[in-house]
Amino acid sequence: MVNISSNIETREKEIWKILESVTDPEIPVLTIVDLGIVRNVKINEEEVEVSITPTYTACPAMDMIAVNIRLALLENGYTIIKITTVLSPVWTTDWISETGKEKLKRYGIAPPLSSLDKDGQTTVIQCPQCRSDNVHLISQFGSTACKALYQCDDCKEPFDYFKCH
Amino acid sequence: MNHHINYILHLADNALILSQRNSEWCGHGPILEQDIAITNISLDLLGQARNFYQYAAELINKSTSQPIKPSTEDLLAYLRTEREFKNCLLVEQPNGDWGQTILRQHFFSTYQFLLYQKLQQSKDGQLAAIAAKALKEVTYHVQWCKEWVVRLGNGTAESHSRMLHAIDALWSYTGELFENAEYELHLINEGISVDVNLLKNEWQQKVNEIFSEATLPLPEKVFMHTGGKQGIHTEYLGFILTELQYMQKTYPGCEW
Repeated sequence: MVNISSNIETREKEIWKILESVTDPEIPVLTIVDLGIVRNVKINEEEVEVSITPTYTACPAMDMIAVNIRLALLENGYTIIKITTVLSPVWTTDWISETGKEKLKRYGIAPPLSSLDKDGQTTVIQCPQCRSDNVHLISQFGSTACKALYQCDDCKEPFDYFKCH
Repeated sequence: MNHHINYILHLADNALILSQRNSEWCGHGPILEQDIAITNISLDLLGQARNFYQYAAELINKSTSQPIKPSTEDLLAYLRTEREFKNCLLVEQPNGDWGQTILRQHFFSTYQFLLYQKLQQSKDGQLAAIAAKALKEVTYHVQWCKEWVVRLGNGTAESHSRMLHAIDALWSYTGELFENAEYELHLINEGISVDVNLLKNEWQQKVNEIFSEATLPLPEKVFMHTGGKQGIHTEYLGFILTELQYMQKTYPGCEW
């Protein structure tokens, strides 16, 4: 049991810190904070309310993420927890933090481009292995709802691209 | 049940039944990447269906003062009967060959894209939010189907003739997409539902463009089947539900 600080602002910061330890079950190098899944943290007296938003409508990881948030907060002494799912505003890959995008690249997934340069995407996606931009699309649909499948024409490695959304 | 709830169930049922149909391809797709693609689309539709069912269940529970058993997304998907389902006839049609599945998805995704574009301005904030979210995914479905329709229509003599067959099998189920059911008519003035009649021309135009690129003939005016939105279905829905609802009907309330 950790001492729960009485100051609301400090406590909210503590909770954000705890949430940074919760990772995405499909892409374990990313935390739910990196992904922009956590939209808000609110403290109502003893209750902690965490608002989360799904990345994709049918993301099967959402239930597990909610459970993991609960566990992480419980481990840190918070017992009254409310997790709310919000759909609006709609999640966008623009909310993935710069650190998150760096982590994705190192993990072997090409990070999403900004939604602003979506139209020119084929020229800017980089192979996460050899950094070549000589790549082609294999399929818009990959191993999970959020990824497309590409192949690098230089090093020949196929790789996942986190779809721009 | 009131019009609002019926409308949400209609949107949910469309997504669920087409999701179920597409999921029949799991492990049977022509190549691995396309097996993954069609099941991804299936999953996206399932996600939409869940959002709509959860919302419908919430409204049903609010409208009943003391429900004996509160409604849930699972009850709505697994324990309603054929006549209670309000999906369009198009989505329950058999998969046929790959071409027929593609064409069914192309007709439906083109419709759903136009529908959600409008629905995201609905005065019902939750419907607007679900539509805005799903629209991003539907955009990918539209693109994928379009490429396949062109590839098959423009491909070999065999693929072309199979697409002609698919058009024959499916075209007469497209008219229903643009006919408002009673629950839709009631909600149009309140700004909640989309007047699907107004989507028809744009849908037709988009389909025409793709067909002409795919060297496929535009279908003639034919008799259009209707009834699904009111619960009168083709014989296929009963078989779909038998499989879809088997577990909950055999082991009521089972969870894993």
